[in-house]
Amino acid sequence: MIVAEQKPIRELVEMVKDFQKILVLGCKGCVTVCNVGGAKEVGVLASALRIWGRKTGRDLQVGEHTLERQCDPEYIEELGGIVGEYDAVISIACGVGPQFVSERYPTARVFPGVNTKFMGGAVAHGIWSERCAGCGQCVVHYFGGLCPIARCSKSLMNGPCGGSADGRCEIHKEVECIWDTIVRKMTEQGRLNELIEFKPPKSWTTARDGGPRSMIREELVK
Amino acid sequence: MSEFKSGSNLEKVLKAGHFAFTGECGPPQGANLEALKEKARHLKGCVDAVNVTDNQTAVVRMSSWAASLVLIQEGLEPNYQMVCRDRNRLAMQSDILGAYAHGIRNMLCLSGDHQKFGNHPESKNVFDIDSMQLIHMVKEMRDQGVFLNGQEIDEAPRMFIGAASNPFADPFEFRVHRLAKKVAAGADFIQTQCIYNMPKFREFMKQAVDMGLTEKCYLLAGVTPMKSVGMARYMATQVPGMDVPDELIKRLKGAGKGKVAEEGIKFALEQIEEFREMEGVAGVHLMAIEWEHRVPEIAERAGMLPRPQI
Repeated sequence: MIVAEQKPIRELVEMVKDFQKILVLGCKGCVTVCNVGGAKEVGVLASALRIWGRKTGRDLQVGEHTLERQCDPEYIEELGGIVGEYDAVISIACGVGPQFVSERYPTARVFPGVNTKFMGGAVAHGIWSERCAGCGQCVVHYFGGLCPIARCSKSLMNGPCGGSADGRCEIHKEVECIWDTIVRKMTEQGRLNELIEFKPPKSWTTARDGGPRSMIREELVK
Repeated sequence: MSEFKSGSNLEKVLKAGHFAFTGECGPPQGANLEALKEKARHLKGCVDAVNVTDNQTAVVRMSSWAASLVLIQEGLEPNYQMVCRDRNRLAMQSDILGAYAHGIRNMLCLSGDHQKFGNHPESKNVFDIDSMQLIHMVKEMRDQGVFLNGQEIDEAPRMFIGAASNPFADPFEFRVHRLAKKVAAGADFIQTQCIYNMPKFREFMKQAVDMGLTEKCYLLAGVTPMKSVGMARYMATQVPGMDVPDELIKRLKGAGKGKVAEEGIKFALEQIEEFREMEGVAGVHLMAIEWEHRVPEIAERAGMLPRPQI
């Protein structure tokens, strides 16, 4: 899933301090799963804004709405009769959400309520971890099913570097050295010889470096 | 075709079978050429080549190629360092062409410390290719005369290719394999991380010799004399991939006030003496960090002078 975290309330109120009617817009997709942008969080943020409004003497009207997904035009249409009633929309979907809303409703003032962090998953309750860099050419099978592009601080294809110590990355003791894990796993699988092979430079044409990306599947295009 | 890959002094010294001795010089954090020349003066005549670091520890300094050219003007041979952190393959190849065109003949290919350690932690890193791929790219540029994309080069840069090896990083069992990868990728010489844990280094060298790696490349053992107990503690706890045994720290402490630096030098001299006899070790790389003025004395006491003239 796409993992996000809520922006600090101070940053949010600074964004919307000049508006009176504010819609908090949630999403039932990834951000609901990572407990940051679903219906529950819409309610919490709306309450926080109302409290801030009262404390600062503002006559705020805060609306709440949660879409099935904010990354799908079909659901964005649902806002047709709603967006026009507000001065500002705070989308607490990932970075896709505020853009889909902005693109569909050109006059709306849309603000991001969360910071989109990475593609990953929950490794324990309340702990999420990055797994994919979206490079567009998956190579995890060469590395014991683990991705050095997303998970090595230097994206090394031929690691580990000289900063690996006790299974930890040189940048921080909290960060796993994924190359240490890759070496151990490949050794256990009796596949060390595959790691000793030189991995040539990666083509980044399929990654963001190749320019903004889109994808067309002809059989699905009407 | 010359019998040499690059014809650098370092290559000639090693090929002639001499025990090589290289030094290191960090470019200034500014455009102060005098400071750089001052460092160079201490090293002149004491070493076969001088490593010129590339924004070491991710701190901005005068560029490695520019400082390397200054060393050439001062009559020293540079070992031009390049890290993968700050440049993509276009910038790397163009800098290699420029460096070679201006007389640089040795290159050390490194991943580079993460920018988190440096003075611009907000920066975006590159890591387009890794150090292994950089080694291979420089070799292909030299031996096949082609860029990374296969396109022919109009006068190929002929570098003597260096790489680093850290026997003290984890996982230890994989370290010699990574060294083997670097040799297979095209490294002509290896300079190791600073060595303090001698038993571990002996074990690593035995593995490298047994695998035949030291017949395929020249391995220079890394030595950094400890200046103080504080430095030893810092190296032990703050520098990634460094292995400083407690006994060494105790030994330095035991030297007493005002005598720690001399004890540090004594330890370095003992190391160099052992490396000269150690199978598979072709030289020493002395990294006297901000201590360049002590290099002549260390070289003299280590019996490294005079340096061979070839």
